[in-house]
Amino acid sequence: MHILFMGELLSISICVNFINHDILLHVWNFIFYFANKSAFHMKEEKDYIKEISEIRSMMERSSKFLSLSGWAGIMAGIYALAGVYVADSYFGFNPQEISDRGGIGLNIILLATVVLIFAIFTAILLSYKRAGKREEKLWNSTTRRLVINMAIPLISGGVVILILAFKGLVGLIAPLTMIFYGLALFNVSGITIKEIKGLGITQIILGLIGLYFVEYGLLLWALGFGVAHILYGIVMYFKYERG
Amino acid sequence: MALSCILNTRGVKVKTFTDRLHKAFESRVRLGIMSALAVNDTLDFNALKEYLDITDGNLASHIKALEKEEFIGVEKTFIGKKPNTRYFATKIGRDAFNKHLEALESIVKSRKF
Repeated sequence: MHILFMGELLSISICVNFINHDILLHVWNFIFYFANKSAFHMKEEKDYIKEISEIRSMMERSSKFLSLSGWAGIMAGIYALAGVYVADSYFGFNPQEISDRGGIGLNIILLATVVLIFAIFTAILLSYKRAGKREEKLWNSTTRRLVINMAIPLISGGVVILILAFKGLVGLIAPLTMIFYGLALFNVSGITIKEIKGLGITQIILGLIGLYFVEYGLLLWALGFGVAHILYGIVMYFKYERG
Repeated sequence: MALSCILNTRGVKVKTFTDRLHKAFESRVRLGIMSALAVNDTLDFNALKEYLDITDGNLASHIKALEKEEFIGVEKTFIGKKPNTRYFATKIGRDAFNKHLEALESIVKSRKF
């Protein structure tokens, strides 16, 4: 009798448990319905924001070269300063007049070539790394446009400078490299980070001053290719890369 | 109860904006093509392929879809003997793309309190 009662009680309590469970399930379903609904909305919103940022990114990278690293500028500046030091101290290259009867030594041309190759390779390597970080390919239609737009003023300038150098107008080399380089930078400033415009104008101004005050040509070259590159490199690094 | 009401009104509001999103831009690739063409006068097939990082066939089918909508136009020229196909956004395409962008912005704005 007593045992039967206990059994009955047990079955009732199980029954109640079932009912409770059922109600609980309904409550859960109810909560889940709204939780899911709001989660769905949240995800949608994130999707829309992502879509907008993807559009912006595509517009940027299909029209601008943004993988340029500030470190490329800093390193180019360091190579340039080292080059000026070697040219001045070891090769005794510091023209005081436009025309120098001694002409130009092969060592100076070699030195300049080495500095240029180092700077270009560093820039390519660092840009390659940055493009990888941004999950982009370095070599695309934008990069091609940048290279062509820079190469035309630079190559024409290079030819002008070589002709003048072989005709003995050595004093014009340093300022003219700055002017043509500045023009090349200014030419591409629309399709890369905007700091390049300022750097280009700086080079042109320093080059023009150097053209007039030939005796300060090498010093101004060190300022333009060395110090200006390093300063702009630091600014670019802090503005776009840190963090 | 109050919560569900907010959800409802938000839901209704959002739906009108989402209706303004263009069906052709539901695909990431098509939206990417239009974004690139919105800021470039013309782009060739390879340039688009590089930017989107997809296969030839995939890109070709999306380009075809956009051509069908008359959102993009084709310009066929020759560089030497090599055929060069360049694409550009048409007036219709630009308008549709701008409307899509505006709708996206309205959706995001409307959901911020």
